[in-house]
Amino acid sequence: MSDQEDDIILAELDDEELVQQMFDDLYDGLREEIEEAVNILLSREWAPYRVLTEALVGGMTIVGQDFRDGILFVPEVLLAANAMKGGMAILKPLLAETGAPRVGGMVIGTVKGDIHDIGKNLVGMMMEGAGFEVEDIGINNSVEAYLAAMEEHKPEILGMSALLTTTMPYMKVVIDTMVEQGIRDEYIVLVGGAPLNEEFGKAIGADAYCRDAAVAVETAKEHVARKHNQATA
Amino acid sequence: MLPDDKTLTEQGFSDVSSGRVMLIACGALAHEILAIKRLNKWDHLDLMCLPANLHLYPERITDAVEAAVHKHKQTHRNLFVVYADCGTGGLLQAKCAELGVEMVAGPHCYSFFEGVETFAAHDEEITAFYLTDFLVKQFDAFIWKPMGLHKHPELRDMLFGNYTKLVYQAQTQDPALEEKAKDCAARLGLAYEYRFTGYGDLASALKAQAEFT
Repeated sequence: MSDQEDDIILAELDDEELVQQMFDDLYDGLREEIEEAVNILLSREWAPYRVLTEALVGGMTIVGQDFRDGILFVPEVLLAANAMKGGMAILKPLLAETGAPRVGGMVIGTVKGDIHDIGKNLVGMMMEGAGFEVEDIGINNSVEAYLAAMEEHKPEILGMSALLTTTMPYMKVVIDTMVEQGIRDEYIVLVGGAPLNEEFGKAIGADAYCRDAAVAVETAKEHVARKHNQATA
Repeated sequence: MLPDDKTLTEQGFSDVSSGRVMLIACGALAHEILAIKRLNKWDHLDLMCLPANLHLYPERITDAVEAAVHKHKQTHRNLFVVYADCGTGGLLQAKCAELGVEMVAGPHCYSFFEGVETFAAHDEEITAFYLTDFLVKQFDAFIWKPMGLHKHPELRDMLFGNYTKLVYQAQTQDPALEEKAKDCAARLGLAYEYRFTGYGDLASALKAQAEFT
């Protein structure tokens, strides 16, 4: 960061400039600056949901796009996510109080045998940012753990993640069990992880493969909207 | 002569003389393949290594191997791909089947060095992070720097917090490397375990190629 940027006083920026600065600060993974900016926007009577969507999610979408295009790499994305987390921690209790719109619910976790949760955490955070209620059941989940979480939280979406070639077939075990139990069609099943691809997603009977967190959010929104339309048709 | 590890990581390597069997391999395996060749006097095995750092972008491995197969099938009667699945999600195996070339079995070099069956039996080891001789030597280039830990050490627990131990699978007995591996474990905040594997299934896979021709 240049000396000139060091001199920026966030509170002196107008709203539009501040949001642009937040995009830059998210991109640079500056957690304290993001927390300060969130508090400034709230003090200017911005609704928590507006801060979330216009500033944080807007900024993270740019980070996601540049990750997809190979401009940013995992460390930079993690720093950005950490900065967003700081902002989310301020907004979360306020969102609950102010009744922000709920888009849908999601249970998400990595599959049995897999402890790699960076992608899963990013998806969970971006989904929360997009208005989904996310129940993160962590790492190394058995089929029983997924089913229990779905039974308890009744989400629209089940998200499964795997980084290893050896663990990704377990997604099919979960989906097959859902079919056996006659509950497969009650859920939208989204899968993701580095070694997966669209063909694999189709082959195991998932609704969609999502190549990154931004795609996961868009795919989730489309599928939930379609489901709601079918329900009301 | 084998180039240094930096060259193997970033550029790859080619040692072609016999024109009979071409091994298309990962640069991270060059030392081991040449050692096995030397020990057995398998001079009819040629070797070309793709850059080891392709592992940082596993989605690029299949295309790179395919290009190498097309290039060398003009000059060699038999080709053998010395990669495991290596994070390609089965795509490398499918591509090799389509091209009519064989490859090493298993998900990673960690598994074939230890023996694919033995490795698969380690159900309790899902929180183990593995290093081979090459990866110990290239720890900074392969892990520390690409993960951004040289600039942002605070990311360590986000990246490695779910791991509990580092297992050094040693192909050679080298006290200096073992010390370095211990240091790698300490830097990642993980417990350390030493496991001598030798060349494992890699030796038998190359033997099958050497004797087939």
